[in-house]
Amino acid sequence: MGLEKFKDRNIGTQNYKKLDLTHPPKSGWDRFKQVVSRTFKPELCIGLWVTLREMINALFRGKMHTTQYPLEKLPISPRYRAIHEMLRLLESGHYRCIGCGLCEKICISNCISMETRYDENQRKEVSEYTINFGRCIFCGYCAEVCPELAIVHGGRYETASEQRASFSLFEDMLTPIDKLNLQKEYQGFGAISPNADDNIKKTPLAY
Amino acid sequence: MDATMLPEVTAVGVIIKAILILAIISAIAGFGTYIERKVLAFMQRRLGPQHVGPYGLLQLAADGIKLFTKEDIIPQHANRLIFAVAPAITAATAFIALGAVPVFPDFTIPLVDVYVPSIASDVNVGILFVLGMMAAGLYGPLLAGMAQSNKWGLLGSARTAIQFLSYEVVTGLSLLAPIMLVGSLSFVDFNNYQSDGTWLVVYQPVAFILFLIAGYAETNRTPFDLLEHEAEIVSGYVTEYSGMRWGMFFIGEYANMITIGIIASIVFLGGYNDWWIFPGWIMILAKIAFSFFFMLWVRAAWPHVRPDQLMWLCWKVLMPLAVINVVITGIVMMAG
Repeated sequence: MGLEKFKDRNIGTQNYKKLDLTHPPKSGWDRFKQVVSRTFKPELCIGLWVTLREMINALFRGKMHTTQYPLEKLPISPRYRAIHEMLRLLESGHYRCIGCGLCEKICISNCISMETRYDENQRKEVSEYTINFGRCIFCGYCAEVCPELAIVHGGRYETASEQRASFSLFEDMLTPIDKLNLQKEYQGFGAISPNADDNIKKTPLAY
Repeated sequence: MDATMLPEVTAVGVIIKAILILAIISAIAGFGTYIERKVLAFMQRRLGPQHVGPYGLLQLAADGIKLFTKEDIIPQHANRLIFAVAPAITAATAFIALGAVPVFPDFTIPLVDVYVPSIASDVNVGILFVLGMMAAGLYGPLLAGMAQSNKWGLLGSARTAIQFLSYEVVTGLSLLAPIMLVGSLSFVDFNNYQSDGTWLVVYQPVAFILFLIAGYAETNRTPFDLLEHEAEIVSGYVTEYSGMRWGMFFIGEYANMITIGIIASIVFLGGYNDWWIFPGWIMILAKIAFSFFFMLWVRAAWPHVRPDQLMWLCWKVLMPLAVINVVITGIVMMAG
């Protein structure tokens, strides 16, 4: 459509399709008829029935909508990005973090700080790992970038506490060793897709 | 009622009844806020108050403690005297109005054998007295809004004035037709007129609906709660009120709701006459309770009207209808 048609402001010359609206009453008699029909139409009673029906639904048919929050909680998506968790390897129980520092590097609010050192086996060991939750914006980049699926987001969204430190130490975020069998993989950014095995291709070495 | 059965009106009896009315109605009026919140919650599929006591029944006590202990603030430029008196007008007139309505059938206290007429004072112009008292109650919002030197309050009292001017005509005219039929202004006579089991609403359906509409306007219930319409004028006439002064307005409002329920039950819905196997006192309690529930139901279902729509409705629709109803009733009575 050309621009001319938009610029044509002569109302009535365009080919508009008009909706079938009711016409406003013209004479006094029409207006009176409108009042009478609106008065005696059962529309007010329909409104009453709707609210009564919802009351019956709520009281007797178990359709009460309220979730009594501290006592019952709605399930959250497995992709929800709440307080971080550090996962463990399922076989050995050792923490997955290899101290590569990618999460610290990618963190856009600079809230992750970590220190690493070599242990006696010349293996990277995390000696210090904290997340400043006063700055964290829960963007999920750390979980996405982590090559070992070690740092992920958990489901702890109730973050009221006397001090932020109660969430942010490595030991607090790490899966407790006795609850290793309950550890769940994160489904959000950076997680392995369900059909990951199918997507593996041979490394093209033929060139 | 036979002349021989006319009960002896004793000062002690009247005082006891007055105290009972004050105690019971203010308790029920407070409890009405709980019922209202519960019913409105259910109609919106919520739970309503439920943490204080079983099913939230003690919410009333919590609200009462809050209202009593809240700081009572009188704004700087308010007219202190009128500001302080206005809530008392609303509450007092609501209770005075209840003094002249009968709720239960007369009964005899067993063991001591004292015959008790259950109306505090059977004024022979009962309907006029009650309507007058409830109308005088509107001075509460009117004065409160003007005394508090607040623009929202002023708007609230302006709306009180137009609401008062609008519905009062309809209330009177709609009750005129039943009064013509019964030929008396006493509530007891209204009740006895319907003792054969035929409710007056059968003869006067139009008057009944008109009275309900006007009654809702009189008690500031939802289709007509212009006086304190939060979305438009903050809280209207109660904007500057806090604590128990605010609470007195609401005790008055809920007492008025009960009064309208009682008047509708006695004038139109058969009063406290026995019906089928149900004794009269259960019947009237059921009617008042349904009337109260209907007010909450309407509040959950219907939107507000604007002030100009209220005036339009009352003056141009309801008043002519009421007059026509009176005329037709008169013609039928003349012919019959």
